Amino acid sequence: MQRETEITALTDVMAKFTSYIGKRLPNDVKDKLAELRTFETNPLAKTIYMSMADNQDAADKLDRPSCQDTGVIQYFIKAGARFPLLGELEDILRNATLGATQMGPLRHNAVETFDEKNTGTNTGSKIPWLDWEIVPDDDSALIDVYMAGGGCTLPGKATVLMPGEGYEGVTDFVFDVITSRGVNACPPLLVGIGVSTSVETAARLSKRAILREVGSHNPNENAAKMEQLLEEGLNEIGIGPQGLTGKNSVMGVNIESSARHPSTIGVAVSTGCWAHRRGKIRINADLSYEIISHKGAVL
Amino acid sequence: MTKKILTTPIKSEDLESLNVGDTVYLTGHLVTCRDVAHRRLIEQKRELPVDLKGGAIFHAGPIVRKKDDGKFEMVSIGPTTSMRMEKFEREFIKETGVKLIVGKGGMGPETTAGCQEHKAVHAIFPGGCAVLAATLVEEIERAEWQDLGMPETLWVNRVREFGPLIISIDTKGNNLIEQNKASFNAKKQPVIDRIKRQVGFIK
Repeated sequence: MQRETEITALTDVMAKFTSYIGKRLPNDVKDKLAELRTFETNPLAKTIYMSMADNQDAADKLDRPSCQDTGVIQYFIKAGARFPLLGELEDILRNATLGATQMGPLRHNAVETFDEKNTGTNTGSKIPWLDWEIVPDDDSALIDVYMAGGGCTLPGKATVLMPGEGYEGVTDFVFDVITSRGVNACPPLLVGIGVSTSVETAARLSKRAILREVGSHNPNENAAKMEQLLEEGLNEIGIGPQGLTGKNSVMGVNIESSARHPSTIGVAVSTGCWAHRRGKIRINADLSYEIISHKGAVL
Repeated sequence: MTKKILTTPIKSEDLESLNVGDTVYLTGHLVTCRDVAHRRLIEQKRELPVDLKGGAIFHAGPIVRKKDDGKFEMVSIGPTTSMRMEKFEREFIKETGVKLIVGKGGMGPETTAGCQEHKAVHAIFPGGCAVLAATLVEEIERAEWQDLGMPETLWVNRVREFGPLIISIDTKGNNLIEQNKASFNAKKQPVIDRIKRQVGFIK
Protein backbone atom coordinates (compact mmCIF):
# COMPACT_ATOMS: atom_id res chain seq x y z
CA MET A 1 0.00 0.00 0.00
CA GLN A 2 2.85 2.30 0.95
CA ARG A 3 4.38 1.63 -2.45
CA GLU A 4 1.14 2.46 -4.27
CA THR A 5 0.93 5.79 -2.46
CA GLU A 6 4.47 6.55 -3.56
CA ILE A 7 3.70 5.66 -7.16
CA THR A 8 0.62 7.90 -7.18
CA ALA A 9 2.58 10.76 -5.62
CA LEU A 10 5.42 10.58 -8.14
CA THR A 11 2.98 10.24 -11.08
CA ASP A 12 1.25 13.40 -9.90
CA VAL A 13 4.53 15.33 -9.62
CA MET A 14 5.65 14.27 -13.09
CA ALA A 15 2.24 15.04 -14.66
CA LYS A 16 2.27 18.52 -13.13
CA PHE A 17 5.89 19.11 -14.14
CA THR A 18 5.23 17.94 -17.73
CA SER A 19 2.26 20.30 -18.00
CA TYR A 20 4.23 23.12 -16.35
CA ILE A 21 7.10 23.11 -18.84
CA GLY A 22 4.65 23.59 -21.76
CA LYS A 23 3.68 26.94 -20.29
CA ARG A 24 6.99 28.40 -19.08
CA LEU A 25 10.45 28.33 -20.65
CA PRO A 26 13.49 27.20 -18.63
CA ASN A 27 15.68 29.94 -17.12
CA ASP A 28 18.61 29.50 -19.52
CA VAL A 29 16.39 29.84 -22.63
CA LYS A 30 14.46 32.78 -21.20
CA ASP A 31 17.68 34.61 -20.31
CA LYS A 32 19.23 33.94 -23.73
CA LEU A 33 16.18 35.24 -25.59
CA ALA A 34 16.21 38.40 -23.47
CA GLU A 35 19.91 38.86 -24.28
CA LEU A 36 19.50 38.27 -28.04
CA ARG A 37 16.65 40.78 -28.09
CA THR A 38 18.94 43.56 -26.82
CA PHE A 39 21.36 43.06 -29.75
CA GLU A 40 18.74 43.67 -32.42
CA THR A 41 18.61 47.05 -34.11
CA ASN A 42 16.19 46.37 -36.95
CA PRO A 43 12.58 47.12 -36.00
CA LEU A 44 11.20 43.88 -37.47
CA ALA A 45 13.47 41.62 -35.38
CA LYS A 46 12.72 43.73 -32.30
CA THR A 47 8.97 43.41 -32.91
CA ILE A 48 9.22 39.64 -33.12
CA TYR A 49 11.26 39.32 -29.92
CA MET A 50 8.68 41.56 -28.27
CA SER A 51 5.84 39.28 -29.44
CA MET A 52 7.68 36.24 -28.06
CA ALA A 53 8.06 37.91 -24.65
CA ASP A 54 4.41 39.04 -24.64
CA ASN A 55 3.34 35.51 -25.55
CA GLN A 56 5.29 33.95 -22.68
CA ASP A 57 3.81 36.49 -20.23
CA ALA A 58 0.29 35.74 -21.47
CA ALA A 59 0.86 31.95 -21.26
CA ASP A 60 2.08 32.32 -17.67
CA LYS A 61 -0.79 34.57 -16.57
CA LEU A 62 -3.53 32.60 -18.34
CA ASP A 63 -1.93 29.23 -17.46
CA ARG A 64 -2.06 27.95 -21.06
CA PRO A 65 0.45 26.08 -23.25
CA SER A 66 2.59 28.83 -24.80
CA CYS A 67 2.60 27.16 -28.23
CA GLN A 68 -0.32 25.15 -29.59
CA ASP A 69 2.07 22.36 -30.63
CA THR A 70 2.90 20.70 -27.32
CA GLY A 71 4.84 18.00 -29.13
CA VAL A 72 5.48 14.34 -28.56
CA ILE A 73 6.55 13.88 -24.93
CA GLN A 74 10.04 12.50 -24.38
CA TYR A 75 11.74 11.70 -21.07
CA PHE A 76 15.52 11.38 -20.74
CA ILE A 77 16.30 9.55 -17.51
CA LYS A 78 19.55 9.21 -15.57
CA ALA A 79 18.47 6.87 -12.83
CA GLY A 80 20.52 5.59 -9.94
CA ALA A 81 20.67 1.78 -9.83
CA ARG A 82 19.23 1.98 -6.31
CA PHE A 83 16.37 4.43 -7.11
CA PRO A 84 13.45 2.87 -5.20
CA LEU A 85 10.88 3.11 -8.06
CA LEU A 86 13.27 2.17 -10.88
CA GLY A 87 11.09 -0.67 -12.16
CA GLU A 88 7.90 1.40 -11.89
CA LEU A 89 9.26 4.50 -13.62
CA GLU A 90 8.13 3.56 -17.13
CA ASP A 91 4.48 3.18 -16.06
CA ILE A 92 4.70 6.28 -13.91
CA LEU A 93 5.90 8.44 -16.84
CA ARG A 94 3.27 7.02 -19.18
CA ASN A 95 0.55 7.89 -16.69
CA ALA A 96 2.16 11.29 -16.11
CA THR A 97 1.80 11.99 -19.84
CA LEU A 98 -1.88 11.04 -19.70
CA GLY A 99 -2.32 13.34 -16.70
CA ALA A 100 -0.48 16.25 -18.31
CA THR A 101 -2.61 15.89 -21.45
CA GLN A 102 -5.70 16.57 -19.33
CA MET A 103 -4.10 19.26 -17.18
CA GLY A 104 -2.37 21.32 -19.90
CA PRO A 105 -4.44 20.71 -21.91
CA LEU A 106 -1.90 19.31 -24.37
CA ARG A 107 -2.70 18.88 -28.05
CA HIS A 108 -3.11 15.25 -29.13
CA ASN A 109 0.10 14.48 -30.97
CA ALA A 110 0.54 10.69 -30.89
CA VAL A 111 -0.38 9.07 -34.20
CA GLU A 112 0.10 5.29 -34.41
CA THR A 113 2.31 4.66 -37.43
CA PHE A 114 0.97 2.30 -40.11
CA ASP A 115 -2.48 2.34 -38.46
CA GLU A 116 -2.31 6.14 -38.96
CA LYS A 117 -4.73 6.87 -36.13
CA ASN A 118 -4.33 9.58 -33.53
CA THR A 119 -4.61 7.86 -30.14
CA GLY A 120 -6.02 11.05 -28.60
CA THR A 121 -4.02 10.53 -25.40
CA ASN A 122 -0.43 11.48 -26.30
CA THR A 123 0.51 7.90 -25.51
CA GLY A 124 1.05 5.09 -27.98
CA SER A 125 3.58 2.44 -28.95
CA LYS A 126 6.82 3.47 -27.20
CA ILE A 127 5.37 6.96 -26.64
CA PRO A 128 6.13 8.81 -24.41
CA TRP A 129 9.67 8.05 -25.60
CA LEU A 130 12.05 7.06 -22.80
CA ASP A 131 15.83 7.28 -22.96
CA TRP A 132 17.68 5.55 -20.11
CA GLU A 133 21.05 5.84 -18.45
CA ILE A 134 21.70 3.91 -15.24
CA VAL A 135 24.07 5.42 -12.69
CA PRO A 136 25.77 2.90 -10.35
CA ASP A 137 25.81 3.57 -6.59
CA ASP A 138 23.13 6.25 -6.70
CA ASP A 139 19.57 6.30 -5.37
CA SER A 140 18.10 9.38 -7.09
CA ALA A 141 16.75 9.97 -10.61
CA LEU A 142 17.47 12.95 -12.84
CA ILE A 143 14.74 13.36 -15.46
CA ASP A 144 14.69 15.69 -18.47
CA VAL A 145 11.24 16.25 -20.00
CA TYR A 146 11.13 17.48 -23.58
CA MET A 147 8.19 18.49 -25.79
CA ALA A 148 9.31 17.53 -29.29
CA GLY A 149 7.17 19.79 -31.47
CA GLY A 150 6.72 19.19 -35.20
CA GLY A 151 8.44 22.37 -36.39
CA CYS A 152 11.63 21.91 -34.38
CA THR A 153 11.81 18.16 -35.07
CA LEU A 154 11.58 18.49 -38.87
CA PRO A 155 15.16 19.73 -39.52
CA GLY A 156 16.66 16.68 -37.74
CA LYS A 157 19.19 14.80 -39.86
CA ALA A 158 21.94 12.21 -39.39
CA THR A 159 24.59 10.67 -41.62
CA VAL A 160 27.90 8.84 -41.55
CA LEU A 161 30.88 10.61 -43.10
CA MET A 162 34.12 9.07 -44.29
CA PRO A 163 37.08 10.03 -42.12
CA GLY A 164 38.61 11.88 -45.08
CA GLU A 165 35.74 14.37 -44.83
CA GLY A 166 36.79 15.10 -41.27
CA TYR A 167 35.42 17.85 -39.04
CA GLU A 168 35.37 19.98 -42.17
CA GLY A 169 32.60 17.66 -43.42
CA VAL A 170 30.81 18.04 -40.09
CA THR A 171 30.89 21.82 -40.64
CA ASP A 172 29.34 21.49 -44.11
CA PHE A 173 26.64 19.15 -42.79
CA VAL A 174 25.62 21.47 -39.94
CA PHE A 175 25.46 24.58 -42.14
CA ASP A 176 23.45 22.76 -44.77
CA VAL A 177 20.84 21.57 -42.26
CA ILE A 178 20.47 24.93 -40.55
CA THR A 179 20.33 27.17 -43.63
CA SER A 180 17.98 24.91 -45.59
CA ARG A 181 15.68 23.30 -43.03
CA GLY A 182 16.33 25.37 -39.91
CA VAL A 183 14.92 28.62 -41.33
CA ASN A 184 11.29 27.46 -40.97
CA ALA A 185 11.81 25.83 -37.55
CA CYS A 186 11.15 28.98 -35.48
CA PRO A 187 14.68 30.38 -34.99
CA PRO A 188 16.69 31.44 -33.02
CA LEU A 189 17.43 27.72 -32.61
CA LEU A 190 19.43 25.76 -30.09
CA VAL A 191 21.56 23.52 -32.30
CA GLY A 192 22.51 20.09 -30.96
CA ILE A 193 25.25 18.12 -32.70
CA GLY A 194 26.26 14.53 -32.07
CA VAL A 195 29.69 13.45 -33.30
CA SER A 196 30.03 9.72 -32.88
CA THR A 197 30.40 6.40 -34.65
CA SER A 198 27.08 5.66 -36.42
CA VAL A 199 23.74 7.30 -37.23
CA GLU A 200 21.81 6.23 -34.14
CA THR A 201 24.56 7.01 -31.64
CA ALA A 202 25.11 10.43 -33.21
CA ALA A 203 21.36 11.13 -33.32
CA ARG A 204 20.89 10.26 -29.64
CA LEU A 205 23.82 12.45 -28.63
CA SER A 206 22.52 15.35 -30.74
CA LYS A 207 19.26 15.24 -28.79
CA ARG A 208 21.14 15.02 -25.50
CA ALA A 209 23.07 18.09 -26.67
CA ILE A 210 19.93 20.27 -26.82
CA LEU A 211 19.05 19.17 -23.30
CA ARG A 212 22.30 20.74 -22.10
CA GLU A 213 22.05 24.33 -20.90
CA VAL A 214 22.35 27.20 -23.33
CA GLY A 215 25.83 28.69 -22.81
CA SER A 216 27.38 25.50 -21.41
CA HIS A 217 30.47 24.06 -23.09
CA ASN A 218 31.74 20.63 -24.02
CA PRO A 219 34.61 19.72 -21.63
CA ASN A 220 36.86 18.72 -24.55
CA GLU A 221 38.88 21.71 -25.74
CA ASN A 222 38.52 21.00 -29.47
CA ALA A 223 34.80 20.26 -29.20
CA ALA A 224 34.28 23.48 -27.24
CA LYS A 225 36.24 25.39 -29.89
CA MET A 226 34.04 23.91 -32.60
CA GLU A 227 30.89 24.86 -30.65
CA GLN A 228 32.10 28.43 -30.54
CA LEU A 229 33.17 28.57 -34.20
CA LEU A 230 29.85 27.15 -35.40
CA GLU A 231 27.84 29.46 -33.15
CA GLU A 232 29.70 32.55 -34.36
CA GLY A 233 29.58 31.37 -37.97
CA LEU A 234 25.85 30.63 -37.97
CA ASN A 235 25.16 33.94 -36.26
CA GLU A 236 27.13 35.74 -38.97
CA ILE A 237 24.61 34.52 -41.55
CA GLY A 238 21.96 36.47 -39.63
CA ILE A 239 18.89 34.24 -39.96
CA GLY A 240 17.23 36.23 -37.18
CA PRO A 241 13.97 35.48 -35.34
CA GLN A 242 11.54 33.49 -37.56
CA GLY A 243 14.05 33.58 -40.44
CA LEU A 244 13.25 37.23 -41.03
CA THR A 245 16.94 38.23 -40.65
CA GLY A 246 18.65 39.75 -37.63
CA LYS A 247 21.92 39.96 -35.72
CA ASN A 248 21.86 36.28 -34.74
CA SER A 249 20.67 32.88 -35.91
CA VAL A 250 21.00 30.62 -32.90
CA MET A 251 20.71 30.53 -29.12
CA GLY A 252 23.79 28.34 -29.11
CA VAL A 253 25.53 25.25 -30.46
CA ASN A 254 26.03 22.26 -28.15
CA ILE A 255 28.12 19.26 -29.18
CA GLU A 256 28.06 15.85 -27.50
CA SER A 257 30.41 13.11 -28.63
CA SER A 258 31.65 9.56 -28.15
CA ALA A 259 34.59 7.58 -29.42
CA ARG A 260 34.16 6.35 -33.02
CA HIS A 261 35.25 3.61 -35.38
CA PRO A 262 38.44 4.71 -37.16
CA SER A 263 36.64 4.37 -40.51
CA THR A 264 33.50 6.40 -39.70
CA ILE A 265 32.33 9.76 -38.42
CA GLY A 266 28.67 9.60 -37.42
CA VAL A 267 27.15 13.07 -37.29
CA ALA A 268 23.65 14.26 -36.46
CA VAL A 269 21.83 17.54 -35.89
CA SER A 270 18.80 18.10 -33.65
CA THR A 271 17.27 21.53 -33.23
CA GLY A 272 15.28 23.20 -30.50
CA CYS A 273 13.01 26.12 -31.50
CA TRP A 274 13.02 29.45 -29.63
CA ALA A 275 10.16 28.07 -27.53
CA HIS A 276 12.48 25.28 -26.32
CA ARG A 277 10.23 23.55 -23.83
CA ARG A 278 12.24 21.28 -21.62
CA GLY A 279 12.61 20.79 -17.89
CA LYS A 280 15.02 19.08 -15.53
CA ILE A 281 13.93 17.61 -12.21
CA ARG A 282 15.77 15.52 -9.61
CA ILE A 283 13.75 12.96 -7.67
CA ASN A 284 15.41 11.84 -4.45
CA ALA A 285 15.13 8.39 -2.87
CA ASP A 286 12.52 9.68 -0.38
CA LEU A 287 10.62 11.08 -3.43
CA SER A 288 11.24 14.68 -2.47
CA TYR A 289 12.17 16.63 -5.58
CA GLU A 290 14.15 19.59 -6.80
CA ILE A 291 13.30 21.46 -10.02
CA ILE A 292 16.59 22.44 -11.63
CA SER A 293 15.53 24.08 -14.92
CA HIS A 294 12.89 26.52 -13.62
CA LYS A 295 13.97 28.43 -10.51
CA GLY A 296 11.18 29.03 -8.01
CA ALA A 297 8.69 26.82 -9.88
CA VAL A 298 5.70 25.71 -7.85
CA LEU A 299 3.82 22.67 -9.14
CA MET B 1 5.36 55.17 -35.98
CA THR B 2 1.63 54.62 -36.30
CA LYS B 3 0.24 51.12 -36.62
CA LYS B 4 -0.89 50.19 -40.12
CA ILE B 5 -4.24 48.50 -39.67
CA LEU B 6 -6.12 46.58 -42.36
CA THR B 7 -9.86 46.21 -41.91
CA THR B 8 -12.03 43.57 -43.59
CA PRO B 9 -13.44 43.77 -46.21
CA ILE B 10 -10.00 44.59 -47.64
CA LYS B 11 -9.78 46.32 -51.04
CA SER B 12 -6.96 46.02 -53.58
CA GLU B 13 -6.10 49.69 -53.00
CA ASP B 14 -5.44 48.95 -49.30
CA LEU B 15 -2.68 46.52 -50.31
CA GLU B 16 -0.97 48.13 -53.29
CA SER B 17 1.31 50.36 -51.21
CA LEU B 18 2.47 47.49 -48.98
CA ASN B 19 5.97 46.04 -49.43
CA VAL B 20 7.54 42.84 -48.14
CA GLY B 21 8.88 43.38 -44.62
CA ASP B 22 6.12 45.86 -43.68
CA THR B 23 4.24 45.15 -40.45
CA VAL B 24 0.46 45.42 -40.37
CA TYR B 25 -2.39 44.50 -38.02
CA LEU B 26 -5.85 43.19 -38.83
CA THR B 27 -9.22 44.27 -37.50
CA GLY B 28 -12.37 42.47 -38.61
CA HIS B 29 -12.73 38.80 -39.49
CA LEU B 30 -10.01 36.18 -39.70
CA VAL B 31 -11.07 32.68 -40.77
CA THR B 32 -8.94 29.59 -40.11
CA CYS B 33 -8.47 27.67 -43.31
CA ARG B 34 -5.90 24.94 -43.92
CA ASP B 35 -5.27 21.69 -45.77
CA VAL B 36 -8.68 20.07 -46.15
CA ALA B 37 -10.66 23.28 -46.71
CA HIS B 38 -8.30 24.14 -49.58
CA ARG B 39 -8.65 20.64 -50.99
CA ARG B 40 -12.46 20.70 -50.77
CA LEU B 41 -12.71 23.97 -52.68
CA ILE B 42 -10.07 23.35 -55.36
CA GLU B 43 -10.14 19.59 -55.93
CA GLN B 44 -13.71 18.71 -54.97
CA LYS B 45 -15.21 21.99 -56.25
CA ARG B 46 -17.29 22.39 -53.09
CA GLU B 47 -18.52 25.83 -52.15
CA LEU B 48 -16.91 27.30 -49.03
CA PRO B 49 -19.46 27.96 -46.26
CA VAL B 50 -17.83 31.37 -45.61
CA ASP B 51 -17.68 34.28 -48.07
CA LEU B 52 -14.02 35.27 -48.25
CA LYS B 53 -14.31 38.12 -50.78
CA GLY B 54 -12.11 40.87 -49.34
CA GLY B 55 -11.45 38.55 -46.40
CA ALA B 56 -8.52 37.14 -44.46
CA ILE B 57 -7.58 33.52 -43.77
CA PHE B 58 -5.24 32.01 -41.18
CA HIS B 59 -3.27 28.81 -41.77
CA ALA B 60 -3.80 27.51 -38.25
CA GLY B 61 -5.21 24.59 -36.28
CA PRO B 62 -6.24 26.00 -32.91
CA ILE B 63 -7.13 24.59 -29.50
CA VAL B 64 -10.76 25.67 -28.88
CA ARG B 65 -12.84 25.12 -25.75
CA LYS B 66 -16.65 24.97 -25.67
CA LYS B 67 -17.95 27.06 -22.81
CA ASP B 68 -20.95 26.29 -20.59
CA ASP B 69 -23.12 28.79 -22.51
CA GLY B 70 -22.45 26.85 -25.74
CA LYS B 71 -20.11 29.49 -27.16
CA PHE B 72 -16.55 28.72 -28.20
CA GLU B 73 -13.45 30.12 -26.54
CA MET B 74 -10.12 30.45 -28.37
CA VAL B 75 -7.46 28.91 -26.09
CA SER B 76 -4.38 28.76 -28.28
CA ILE B 77 -3.97 29.57 -31.98
CA GLY B 78 -0.58 29.64 -33.66
CA PRO B 79 0.28 29.63 -37.35
CA THR B 80 1.12 26.40 -39.13
CA THR B 81 3.54 25.97 -42.05
CA SER B 82 2.01 27.85 -44.99
CA MET B 83 4.04 25.96 -47.59
CA ARG B 84 1.64 23.01 -47.28
CA MET B 85 -1.05 25.10 -48.98
CA GLU B 86 1.23 26.18 -51.86
CA LYS B 87 -0.31 23.59 -54.17
CA PHE B 88 -3.78 25.20 -53.89
CA GLU B 89 -3.29 28.84 -52.95
CA ARG B 90 -3.08 30.52 -56.37
CA GLU B 91 -6.39 28.96 -57.41
CA PHE B 92 -7.85 29.57 -53.95
CA ILE B 93 -7.14 33.31 -54.20
CA LYS B 94 -8.76 33.41 -57.64
CA GLU B 95 -11.86 31.48 -56.55
CA THR B 96 -12.52 33.22 -53.24
CA GLY B 97 -11.24 36.78 -53.68
CA VAL B 98 -9.36 36.45 -50.36
CA LYS B 99 -7.01 39.39 -49.78
CA LEU B 100 -4.87 38.44 -46.80
CA ILE B 101 -3.32 35.04 -46.08
CA VAL B 102 -1.68 34.65 -42.67
CA GLY B 103 0.65 31.78 -41.78
CA LYS B 104 4.17 30.69 -40.88
CA GLY B 105 7.27 30.65 -43.07
CA GLY B 106 7.30 31.45 -46.76
CA MET B 107 5.24 30.28 -49.70
CA GLY B 108 6.36 29.51 -53.24
CA PRO B 109 6.19 30.91 -56.78
CA GLU B 110 2.56 29.87 -57.40
CA THR B 111 1.23 31.84 -54.43
CA THR B 112 3.49 34.75 -55.35
CA ALA B 113 1.95 34.75 -58.84
CA GLY B 114 -1.58 34.50 -57.41
CA CYS B 115 -0.94 37.46 -55.10
CA GLN B 116 0.31 39.55 -58.01
CA GLU B 117 -2.55 38.61 -60.36
CA HIS B 118 -5.36 39.20 -57.87
CA LYS B 119 -3.82 41.83 -55.55
CA ALA B 120 -3.51 39.80 -52.38
CA VAL B 121 -0.72 39.43 -49.76
CA HIS B 122 0.75 36.69 -47.58
CA ALA B 123 1.85 37.66 -44.07
CA ILE B 124 3.74 35.88 -41.29
CA PHE B 125 2.49 35.81 -37.71
CA PRO B 126 5.39 34.87 -35.38
CA GLY B 127 5.44 31.10 -34.82
CA GLY B 128 5.07 29.84 -31.27
CA CYS B 129 3.10 32.92 -30.14
CA ALA B 130 -0.18 31.03 -29.83
CA VAL B 131 -1.48 32.52 -26.58
CA LEU B 132 -0.75 36.07 -27.75
CA ALA B 133 -2.79 35.31 -30.87
CA ALA B 134 -5.64 33.79 -28.85
CA THR B 135 -5.90 36.92 -26.70
CA LEU B 136 -6.37 39.02 -29.86
CA VAL B 137 -9.49 37.04 -30.83
CA GLU B 138 -12.50 38.94 -29.47
CA GLU B 139 -15.04 36.27 -30.30
CA ILE B 140 -15.53 33.14 -32.35
CA GLU B 141 -18.64 34.14 -34.29
CA ARG B 142 -19.19 30.97 -36.30
CA ALA B 143 -17.75 27.49 -36.76
CA GLU B 144 -18.25 25.92 -40.20
CA TRP B 145 -17.43 22.44 -41.47
CA GLN B 146 -17.13 21.13 -37.94
CA ASP B 147 -17.14 17.61 -39.40
CA LEU B 148 -13.43 18.22 -40.12
CA GLY B 149 -12.54 18.21 -36.42
CA MET B 150 -11.04 20.94 -34.27
CA PRO B 151 -7.87 21.73 -36.25
CA GLU B 152 -9.56 21.88 -39.67
CA THR B 153 -12.88 23.55 -38.81
CA LEU B 154 -13.33 27.00 -40.37
CA TRP B 155 -13.36 29.14 -37.23
CA VAL B 156 -14.68 32.62 -38.02
CA ASN B 157 -12.87 34.88 -35.57
CA ARG B 158 -13.60 38.53 -34.92
CA VAL B 159 -10.20 40.09 -34.20
CA ARG B 160 -8.97 43.49 -33.18
CA GLU B 161 -5.50 44.69 -34.17
CA PHE B 162 -4.38 41.12 -34.74
CA GLY B 163 -0.63 40.99 -35.32
CA PRO B 164 2.17 41.66 -35.85
CA LEU B 165 1.66 40.47 -39.42
CA ILE B 166 4.85 40.72 -41.48
CA ILE B 167 4.18 40.97 -45.21
CA SER B 168 6.17 38.15 -46.82
CA ILE B 169 4.59 38.24 -50.30
CA ASP B 170 3.35 41.58 -51.62
CA THR B 171 1.19 42.47 -54.64
CA LYS B 172 4.24 43.24 -56.80
CA GLY B 173 5.72 39.75 -57.01
CA ASN B 174 8.21 40.09 -54.15
CA ASN B 175 8.80 37.12 -51.81
CA LEU B 176 10.65 37.98 -48.59
CA ILE B 177 11.56 34.47 -47.43
CA GLU B 178 12.93 33.54 -50.88
CA GLN B 179 15.02 36.72 -50.83
CA ASN B 180 16.27 35.93 -47.33
CA LYS B 181 17.20 32.36 -48.24
CA ALA B 182 19.23 33.61 -51.21
CA SER B 183 21.05 36.04 -48.95
CA PHE B 184 21.80 33.35 -46.31
CA ASN B 185 23.21 31.07 -49.02
CA ALA B 186 25.35 33.87 -50.45
CA LYS B 187 26.85 34.63 -47.02
CA LYS B 188 27.40 31.01 -46.07
CA GLN B 189 30.42 29.81 -48.07
CA PRO B 190 33.11 32.25 -46.84
CA VAL B 191 32.03 31.53 -43.25
CA ILE B 192 32.22 27.77 -43.79
CA ASP B 193 35.65 28.05 -45.43
CA ARG B 194 36.98 30.06 -42.49
CA ILE B 195 35.71 27.53 -39.94
CA LYS B 196 37.11 24.61 -41.92
CA ARG B 197 40.63 26.05 -41.67
CA GLN B 198 40.36 25.83 -37.87
CA VAL B 199 38.91 22.34 -37.39
CA GLY B 200 41.60 20.12 -38.90
CA PHE B 201 41.61 17.93 -35.79
CA ILE B 202 42.51 14.78 -37.77
CA LYS B 203 46.24 15.06 -38.34
